[in-house]
Amino acid sequence: MARFLIRRTGFLLLTLLLTSLLIFGMTRLLPGDVARVILGREAGEAALEALREELGLNQPAPLQYLAWLADFVRGDWGESYSTRLPIREVVVERLGNSLMLAGLTLAMAVPLAVALGVLAGLREERPADQVISIGALAVVGLPEFVTGLVLIEIFAFRLRWLPANSSIAPGAGVLEALPQLVLPALTATLVLLAYIVRLTRAGVIEELRQDYVRTAALKGLAPHRVIVGHVLRNALLPTVTVIAISLGWLISGLIVVENVFNYPGLGRLLTFAIDRRDLPLLQAVAMITVLIFALANLAADLIYAALNPRIRLG
Amino acid sequence: MALETIDRRGDLAPVERAPGAWRRVLRAVLGRPTSATGLAIVLLFAATALLGPLIAPYEANEQVLAERRQPPSATHLFGTDRLGRDVFSRVVLGSRDIFALAGLGTLTAVLLGTVLGLAASYRGGWVEELTFRSFDALLAIPALLLALMLLGTIGPSRQSVLLVIAVVYTPIVARVVRSVVLAVKPRGFVEAARMRGESLVYVLGREILPSALPALAVEAALRFSYAIFLVASLGFLGVGVQPPAPDWGLMVLEARNDVALTPWALYFPAGAIALLVIGVNLLADGLRRGLQG
Repeated sequence: MARFLIRRTGFLLLTLLLTSLLIFGMTRLLPGDVARVILGREAGEAALEALREELGLNQPAPLQYLAWLADFVRGDWGESYSTRLPIREVVVERLGNSLMLAGLTLAMAVPLAVALGVLAGLREERPADQVISIGALAVVGLPEFVTGLVLIEIFAFRLRWLPANSSIAPGAGVLEALPQLVLPALTATLVLLAYIVRLTRAGVIEELRQDYVRTAALKGLAPHRVIVGHVLRNALLPTVTVIAISLGWLISGLIVVENVFNYPGLGRLLTFAIDRRDLPLLQAVAMITVLIFALANLAADLIYAALNPRIRLG
Repeated sequence: MALETIDRRGDLAPVERAPGAWRRVLRAVLGRPTSATGLAIVLLFAATALLGPLIAPYEANEQVLAERRQPPSATHLFGTDRLGRDVFSRVVLGSRDIFALAGLGTLTAVLLGTVLGLAASYRGGWVEELTFRSFDALLAIPALLLALMLLGTIGPSRQSVLLVIAVVYTPIVARVVRSVVLAVKPRGFVEAARMRGESLVYVLGREILPSALPALAVEAALRFSYAIFLVASLGFLGVGVQPPAPDWGLMVLEARNDVALTPWALYFPAGAIALLVIGVNLLADGLRRGLQG
């Protein structure tokens, strides 16, 4: 287990390092003069030069990268170009909001999706499966902004049950923010739901075809005990991985959902940073998002390994 | 010499089976009501995209100020938006954009991914390691985040959207190709071709590629559906195709603040996106069942 942990952590660090290179490369080295972006079109050459000096833009690119990375690791994420506020505070606050929304989404989506997926898998090609599978295919096709806007139309404009705008107060807890959280979480749930259902269904079907299932049935084990004791135990193992993979979906989905509902999370901050061409802010948001995603994947791998001795010991 | 004859007759099966395989796939797709529906939807939109200007009664940006915010009627099938533009014409003409961007982007990703995947994984060693480690790093960034980062730096435009689709999906295609190469490389027919001195291009293109085609076809269909999704999402976020282009996602964004007055300007383009993605998904599902059993 220790070796496994070290290997996976090493891989995580390598991935993060490569990602940081990518993020830095994309946002710094591609065309566009950062100094001009900050100071605007009318700025004089002297002012531009002074700012380039101040930001270290005259240094060779590798040195710039190392300085940026060192600052980032130390927690010094600099100042936003557009708001002139320290980036770390705003990113941490928005991250909290995004995690709150993501948590609620997962709490709604995962149990429901696994239940539906197992049901569809056990009833392969029968009416229940047809309904669930076609439903999942249809929902997968709906972009989050379409489902989000439809839900707003129904629950906010027609029924007037929930607010259409989810701009919650800074520092609000889950309970306080719940009315504003429900619609965005529901929107994200729909997309995630379909995705997990399809993969869980496939896992159950594959497991049902294994020899040991037939052996268990032939030795006279009651059907429900075959299902619960054998099929589900093994089929749900990959579900851990499935949920980890779907976190990538969830993150992409939340970027759109937060923009639909004007929810103050990292996704909204990201589009704000792009709108204002605020590169340090963009870098910080991207790095944090990738870090969270990578950590979640690592956690999923560890849980999977803890449940599956073949991986842990192999 | 003996090796060659054996190889030409027996082990080359994947190439020689190809025509029958395609007929089988077509039968599998048409045989299921869901995938046949998917095919019909995709063909309908493809025809709309091809015939666009012949179908659309108005120009995409033709404004009739006297007819702003008209509900759907005989003259304006899908109504008009707040600028007096015909929503039906914009949806029809927008289908060309989505096919061009998502289609070309997917095509680029499939071609690049296939070439890189084939070459790197056949070559093996540090080339393979470096290529796929870089791809892993790219894939460690959620797709939409990567797309937004790219667009945030190069600025939004049609070309940027194309580039983004290619960058986001090339690694995924390459991985699919790699899994096939690794499975096929030790097989007899590959070994035989190499031993009779065939060129690298021949071995990759004629011996290995055919085995990868089924998986590639399924992957291409899936990528196409995600690409449509991505183009629409970027349009909606305002960082993709720019106004006044009749981009479906952008149309939804523009109609958003006006939804109480002109709901049709929002729901028709939104419905078009949903219908097309569902159609492509159903078709991809049928292809997968037909090709991969």
